[in-house]
Amino acid sequence: MNAPDPQLDGAPFDRAAEGYNFAYLDEQTKRMIRRSLLKAVAVPGYQVPFASREMPLPFGWGTGGIQVTAAIIGRDDTLKVIDQGSDETTNAVNIRRFFARTTGVKTTRRTSEATIVQTRHRIPETPLTDKQILVYQVPMPEPLFRLEPRTAETKKLHALADYGLISVKLYEDIVHHGGIATTYDYPVIVNERYLTSPSPIPKFDNPKMHMNAALQLFGAGRERRIHAIPPYTRVRSLDFDDHPFEIQRWEHACALCGSRESFLDEMIVDDEGTRMFVCSDSDYCHDRREQQTGDAGESGEPDVAVKRAEGESA
Amino acid sequence: MYVAVKGGERAIEASWRLLDKSRRGDTRLAELSVGQIREQLRLSVARVMTEGSVYDEDLAALAIKQAAGDLVEAIFLLRAYRTTLPRFGYTQPLDSEAMVVERRISATFKDLPGGQLLGATYDYTQRLLDFSLMADAQANGGDAADASHGATAAAAAAQRVALSHAKPESMPRVVSLLNKEGLIEQEKSAPGAAEPGDLTREPLSFPANRATRLQNLARGDEGFLLAMGYATQRGYANSHPFAGEIRFGSVSVEMELDELGETVEIGEIDITECQMINQFAGSREVPPTFTQGYGLAFGHSERKAMAMALVDRALRAEELGETLASPTQDIEFMLSHSDNVEASGFVQHLKLPHYVDFQAELELVRRLRAQHAAQVGDTEQATEATQATSAAEPAQTPQTRQPANGHDQQEQAA
Repeated sequence: MNAPDPQLDGAPFDRAAEGYNFAYLDEQTKRMIRRSLLKAVAVPGYQVPFASREMPLPFGWGTGGIQVTAAIIGRDDTLKVIDQGSDETTNAVNIRRFFARTTGVKTTRRTSEATIVQTRHRIPETPLTDKQILVYQVPMPEPLFRLEPRTAETKKLHALADYGLISVKLYEDIVHHGGIATTYDYPVIVNERYLTSPSPIPKFDNPKMHMNAALQLFGAGRERRIHAIPPYTRVRSLDFDDHPFEIQRWEHACALCGSRESFLDEMIVDDEGTRMFVCSDSDYCHDRREQQTGDAGESGEPDVAVKRAEGESA
Repeated sequence: MYVAVKGGERAIEASWRLLDKSRRGDTRLAELSVGQIREQLRLSVARVMTEGSVYDEDLAALAIKQAAGDLVEAIFLLRAYRTTLPRFGYTQPLDSEAMVVERRISATFKDLPGGQLLGATYDYTQRLLDFSLMADAQANGGDAADASHGATAAAAAAQRVALSHAKPESMPRVVSLLNKEGLIEQEKSAPGAAEPGDLTREPLSFPANRATRLQNLARGDEGFLLAMGYATQRGYANSHPFAGEIRFGSVSVEMELDELGETVEIGEIDITECQMINQFAGSREVPPTFTQGYGLAFGHSERKAMAMALVDRALRAEELGETLASPTQDIEFMLSHSDNVEASGFVQHLKLPHYVDFQAELELVRRLRAQHAAQVGDTEQATEATQATSAAEPAQTPQTRQPANGHDQQEQAA
C-alpha cells in the first residue's frame, strides 16, 4: 500500500527525508489526487472533492497546493515556489525546503527554468509555456462562499449555473461605490460554464489566466477541493457592459527595475511614512535589473539594489 | 526595510533553534521524559490521542513534549504522523458492554445491574490547590521520578488486573435495559446496511449520515463541542438530556485476520463512552420514546464524550423531524467547524504575508476616498449655491442643512 514507486526505488535522492515516500505522500494517496486532477481538467472550473490528507504544514498554509504538487512532481521536475510573488517569503522558503527534503528535485527561482510553479496569491509576470504547470494554493475554492456559506446549496447553484447572486453582489458594489469593489479573488467564468475562484490573486493577474499556455491546477486542502484550468481555456472575469472589467494601475514605476507593467508592492521605508514601490514578482524584477546592468554574475542581491535606490532618492 | 521579504531561510533556521531552547526552559531543572508525560499527564494524552485520531500513548506524550504542552499543536503533530501510516484494515466493532470498567455512573437509575462505580474522578474534589504536590515535586526531583517510573507502571498494571478480576461480569448498558421495555429507539444497524464511510479516506460531503457525523465529532475539538453542547442545554436546540450512562475502562480490540480466517484480539484500549438519553415527542408513525446521543473518546475524556453526545443528539434534529432553529442542529455548520487542526491552521494563516491582496485593497480604498472627496466637494458647492439663492427665506434653512448632515454620516461610515 505504501510501497515506493518502483521507478524511484534504488535511485538515491540526496537530501530526501528518510523514512518517507518520495514527495511525502504514499503512492495510493497520489493516485487518488491524480484521479481528482484528471476529472478537474476534464471539467474546467468545476470543484472536484478529494480526500485531502493532513500534511506536516498547517491547513490554510498551502496544504492543497502541496498535495497537488506532491501528486504530479517527478524526479526530473524543477520546482519554483512563490508567495506574494516572491521566492523569499518565509512560507515559500518553507514549502520549497519541504519538497527539496522529500523529493531531492532541483529547485529554482527563475520562472523560465521551472517545470512546476507553486504559488500563493500571484501569477508570475513572465509568461508561462505549455511545458509548465502552475499550482495555486487556494484557501476558499467556492466563489460564492461569502454569499452562500452552505456547500450543499452552492453545489446546486453550480449545477444549475445559477449565478444571479454574484451578479447582484457586483451590481450592489456599483450602486454603493460607483464601481466593482472586488480587488482580489475576483470571480471568473471558466470555459463559459463554471463560476470559479481564481484564488486570492489580485484582479491584476486575472487576464493572465485567459488562454494561458500552461496547465493551471488549484488545490484547497482544508476545503478538500481541486479545480483546474486546462491550457488555452477561455477565462472571463465577470463584469457588465457598462462597467467593464479593469485591472489595477499604479502612478509609480518599480523603484528597482523601473517596470510600469508589473504588480507593485508598497513599502513604508521610514518613520515619516515615505513609500517605495517595488515589483511583487521578485524573479521578474531581478531579471530586468540583470538585463539593465548587463552584469549576469553578481546582481542577485536585491539588498544592494535597494540601498542603491535609496541612495539615489536621498 | 527589505528584511521582511528577504532572508527567510536563515530566519526559519534561527527560529527552530530558539523554539528548541524555549521548549526546554531552564536547564537546571530535569528534562521531562515521555514516560512521565504519559503517566502523569494522562488526561492530556487522552485528548491528544482522541483528537489526533491515533491510539498511541507514547506518541501522544512525545507530541505533547514537542509541542511544549500546546495540545492543539500536539494533536496536529500526531495527525501529520498518522496520515503517513498504512491502513491494514478495520477492526471488529468494539463491544463496550464487555468493558473492564474503572468508572461507571448513571444519572437515570439509582442502582442498576453492574452497579455504579465512582472510580478516579475530579468531580467531588474541592478544587483547593494542593500545595503538598508542590513540595513533593521539589523533594523528589527529576531523577527520582524517572527511576520510579517502572514501579508506577507495574502498579497500574497490577491494579488493572485486580479490577478485571473483581468485575468479570458483563455490564449491560442502561440503554439496553430501557430497550427491553421498548422505551428507547433501537440502535442496531440493519443487516444489509452499508458499511460506514471513512472520513480520513473520503472527503466530508453533505448531507452527512450519522456514522460520518460521529467520526467527525470524535475527532472534533473538545472546546468547540463543549461550547456547542452547552448551548444546546441553554435552549439552542434543547432536548432534555439525561446522562444515561458514562463509563470508562478498557476494551479489547479484535480484528479478523484473513490469513487465519478468524477473529483475533490484537490489544486493549481505554475508552470513555457516554450515552445521553433525550426525550422525543413522537410523531404520527412513532409513539413518544427516548432517543440517544452518543459520545466516545480514547482514554479518560468524560467532558469530551458528554459534549459529543449532546451535539450528536442535536444534529439528529432533521432525521427526527424536529424544527431546525439553531446552528447546533445545522450539520454542515457543525461538522465544517469542529476540527481544530483545520480551524487553527486557517485562523493562524492570517500571519502569512498578504501584501498583494492588501495592496489591491489599498489601491481601491484610496480611489474610493478620492471619488468620495470629489463628490462631497461638488455637493458642498451646490449646497452653498442653494443657500445663497434661498438666503432671503429663513424657513428653508433646515432643509438645506439636511443633505450636508447626510454626507457627514456617510463620511463617518466610510
